[in-house]
Amino acid sequence: MRHVWTLTLFRLRLAMRNRAFLVFGIIIPLGFLFFFAAVFAKKGGPAVAYVLASVLAMSVMGSFWGLSQQLVIFREQGILRRFRLAPIGPGTMLFSSILSNLILTIPGIAAEIAAARWVLHMNSFGNLLSVFVLAGLGAVTFATLGLVVASVANSMMETQVINQLLWLSFLMLSGIAIPLPTMPGWLQTVALYLPATYLVTGLERALIRYASIEHLGAEIASLAGASLFAFFVSQQLFRWEPEQKMARQAKLWVAAALVPFLLLGAWETRQGERLSEARSIFLTTFAERPAQRAAPTDAPTPPDKR
Amino acid sequence: MSVSEAIVQVRDLKKNYGDVEALRGVSFQIAEGEVFGLLGPNGAGKTTTVEILEGMRSSDSGTATVSGRDPHRGGDEFKRSVGAVLQSTSLPDKIRVDEALSLFAKLYGSRADRTALLRRFGLEEKRHAFYGKLSGGQKQRLAIALALVHEPRVVFLDEPTAGLDPQVRREIYDIIEELRRDGKTVLLTTHYIEEAERLCDRVAIIDQGKVIAMDTPRELKQRSGGTTRIEVSLAKQADPAELRALDGVADCRTVDGRMVLHSSRPPQTIVALVKHLEAHGNELQSLEIVAPSLEDVFIELTGRRLRE
Repeated sequence: MRHVWTLTLFRLRLAMRNRAFLVFGIIIPLGFLFFFAAVFAKKGGPAVAYVLASVLAMSVMGSFWGLSQQLVIFREQGILRRFRLAPIGPGTMLFSSILSNLILTIPGIAAEIAAARWVLHMNSFGNLLSVFVLAGLGAVTFATLGLVVASVANSMMETQVINQLLWLSFLMLSGIAIPLPTMPGWLQTVALYLPATYLVTGLERALIRYASIEHLGAEIASLAGASLFAFFVSQQLFRWEPEQKMARQAKLWVAAALVPFLLLGAWETRQGERLSEARSIFLTTFAERPAQRAAPTDAPTPPDKR
Repeated sequence: MSVSEAIVQVRDLKKNYGDVEALRGVSFQIAEGEVFGLLGPNGAGKTTTVEILEGMRSSDSGTATVSGRDPHRGGDEFKRSVGAVLQSTSLPDKIRVDEALSLFAKLYGSRADRTALLRRFGLEEKRHAFYGKLSGGQKQRLAIALALVHEPRVVFLDEPTAGLDPQVRREIYDIIEELRRDGKTVLLTTHYIEEAERLCDRVAIIDQGKVIAMDTPRELKQRSGGTTRIEVSLAKQADPAELRALDGVADCRTVDGRMVLHSSRPPQTIVALVKHLEAHGNELQSLEIVAPSLEDVFIELTGRRLRE
C-alpha cells in the first residue's frame, strides 16, 4: 500500500500541473450543466436535479478517457519501462491510477453540485451520500474500463477508436444526452446492457427519489463487480513495453469486462423495473403542472417532507 | 575468474525475434567491482543481452544470473540489487528533478541523501526544473542518479552517451570513472571505441549475436600486433596481396572501398607504398594514420568497421 500512495501522489501532482485537468474535469462539465439546464430545466425545480444526474454521470465517465490515454502515453513514451525496473508490479501501477483519478473526480462533482445549488437554485439534493457513493463508484468503474482499453490497444490511435465507440454508445444510449424514457422501446432495452445506464438511473433515484444506499443495491453491486473484474483483466493484460503487441482477439476482453452488465441487463429486461421507474421519474420531473407526484416505490420519504 | 567470484554470469544465451537470431550463444562473466564493456555495432545484440540481465526480457535458452539471482524470477530483491540506465526511456515532462529522485527513492525504500546525489551529478541548480526542460545531458545524468538512488551492487548502462555531444559525453565518462572508484560493478554497452578503451577493465566485442573477442582493451589491441592502421584511398583498385608484401605491413584488406593496412613500421610502409603506386601508375588520393585501437581488432575479426 505504501507504494500505491507514493505513486498516487506522483500522479496527483502531474494532474494538477496539467491545464487539461481543469478544462476537462471542471470547466467543460460545468458548461454542460448550464447548457442542459438552459435547454431542459428552464423552470428550475426537480428538472435541475434530473439534468445534474446526467452531467455528473458524464463527468464521472471522463475517467474512461483520461486513464486509458495516460496509460498508453506512458507506455509509448517509455515511461512505464523505467518504472518496470523498480520493485512495483502492474497491480500497484493500476491501483494508483484509479485512486488518483477518484481523488481528482471529487472537485468536479463538488463544483457541479455547488453550481446546481447556487447558480441554478436547486433546493434539494436528494440523498447526497448516495450521490457521492455512486459517483465515486462510477469513477472507479469507468477508470478500470479505460485501463482495459489501454491494455488491449496497441497504439494511441487504436485507443482513441475504441474509446470513441464506447463513449458515444454510453453517451447516446444510456440516458445521458437523451432522456431514457424518450427513446424507442428497443433502444431502452439496449440501454439496460450498458454500465452508464445504471450510473445515470441510480443518480436520478438518489437525487430525485432520495434513494438510500440500501435501495441502490443493483447499481452498486453491478458497478463494483464490473470494477473488480475489469481491474483483474487489465492487470493480467498489462504491458510495460511499447513493442509488446496484443493480438486482435485480445480486444474482445473489453467486451468481457462488460459481462456483469450483460447479466444484469438480461435480468432487468425480464423482470426489472428500472425502465418503468426511469419513466416515472421523468414524467413527474417534467410534468406541466405541479401534479400529484407518484410516491417513491422503494425510497423513504425525505425528512423535510414528512 | 572463478565462478564463485563472478557477480554476473552469462552462459550460452540465445534469443530470437521471429526469424532474427539476436543472440547466438553469448557467454561472459563479470567480477565484482569490474567495469565491463560490451562493444559492438548497432544490432549486434548488446541491448538484448543487457535487457535480459535487467530482467526486462527472457532468453530462449542459456542462463544468466546477477548476484546469484535469475533476473527474470528474482522479484523485488533482485530489482533492489541492480540499477539501470535504459537505452530508451523517459519520465513525464512535468515531474521535477528532485521529485523524480524522491519518487524512486521511496519506491526502492532508500534513504539516500538526495541533495548529495544532485550535487554529485551536477543537478543541484536544476533540482526544481521540470524534466521536459532538461537538456539531453542533464536527462542522462538524472537517469544515472535514479539508477544509483538505492545504492545497487550492479549497474547496467546501456549506451549512456548515445546522441550526446562530446563535451557532455566526457562528463558522463567522469561519472562512470567515479563509479569504478566507488567499487561498483558496471556493465556498459557502447559502440564508441574511445568509451570502451577509456572506461572498461575488460571488453567483450560482440557482433551478430556472438562474442568474438574478450579481454582487457590493452590485450585486445596487442592481438592485432600493436600495429598502426594506415587507411588510404587510391585512384585505382589495388590488389591487397601486393600491398601486404610491402615493408612493415602485417595485414592489408579493403574496407568500405579504402585500403586498410596494419603496419609495425609506419614510415617505411608509407615510403614503400608511394613507390609501389608510382610503379603501377596508381595515385594516392588520401592517407590517414590511426593509432592502434579496438576498431582494428574489430576490422581484423569481421572485415567491417564498428560504425558503418
